[in-house]
Amino acid sequence: MKAKIFVNYKPGVLDPEAKAILQATHSLGFSLVQSINKGKYFEVELQAPTLDVANDQIKELCEKLLANTVIETFNFEIL
Amino acid sequence: MKFGIVVFPGSNCDQDCLSVIQNVFQCPVQTIWHKETTLPHVDVVILPGGFSYGDYLRPGAIAKVSPIMPAIVSFANKGGPVLGICNGFQILIEAGLLPGALMRNKGLKFLCQDVFLRLMNTGTPFTRKGSRTSGYAMPIAHMEGNYFIDSVGLKRLQDKGQVVFQYIDSQGRVTDLGNPNGSVFGIAGICNEKGNVLGLMPHPERVCESVLGGVDGKFIFESLL
Repeated sequence: MKAKIFVNYKPGVLDPEAKAILQATHSLGFSLVQSINKGKYFEVELQAPTLDVANDQIKELCEKLLANTVIETFNFEIL
Repeated sequence: MKFGIVVFPGSNCDQDCLSVIQNVFQCPVQTIWHKETTLPHVDVVILPGGFSYGDYLRPGAIAKVSPIMPAIVSFANKGGPVLGICNGFQILIEAGLLPGALMRNKGLKFLCQDVFLRLMNTGTPFTRKGSRTSGYAMPIAHMEGNYFIDSVGLKRLQDKGQVVFQYIDSQGRVTDLGNPNGSVFGIAGICNEKGNVLGLMPHPERVCESVLGGVDGKFIFESLL
């Protein structure tokens, strides 16, 4: 099974890096772009007996390691 | 007082701490490799600066699952003094021993410079010999020193005296200009509720010998003796 995991800053957390990327985007002439949020993407291969077990494992992995839950949220899908 | 300095792969300020404790303060000190599962008999644990695990994932994120960490958490929960400097502060935060988060500097640059600090709490084992009326000059060297906590958390820190160091300008005021990295409330260092765990971004071990430019960091080690 493959889990595709996205980790992003919580709304309200200031991300100067994303702001810098947006400024560069505008410098390149992409005036239609209004905002950019930068996050992290992980792909995790795992073997689990059921989808429920896989879900629980990935959720725990995100909470304990892949995301800093003070400032980040995560979402994932398992295929 | 016996000191123990934890060394993770990528820690690089352990030798500075060791040298200061041995040569300036003449105290017994040993390094503790991160793979140990128990602490040797020490009175103070120091998590030094550096780039543990290359800052991979997030600074301190992987160090927090090192085998030595449960023993450090247990030591801290029993009231043992734990000092986290720079990457050490990041590790303490990731491990949940201190609240909040340390993020990328607001200006997006690695900062290598002297800062001025004011001491807000002389009630911890690391600051009892400090003064609340002096300014302290210490160097910082970090990319992720921007301390963040939400407004509820900040109020709790303020109410319980957990804000220990703040960045100040040359006039002694907490201002945006005096704040190198955008930390909320100008926070440079905090302690836990009990006051036995202190984390700070500046490097006091680099200002303990006048030949190296200053001695404003000495009081932190002196307080522990």
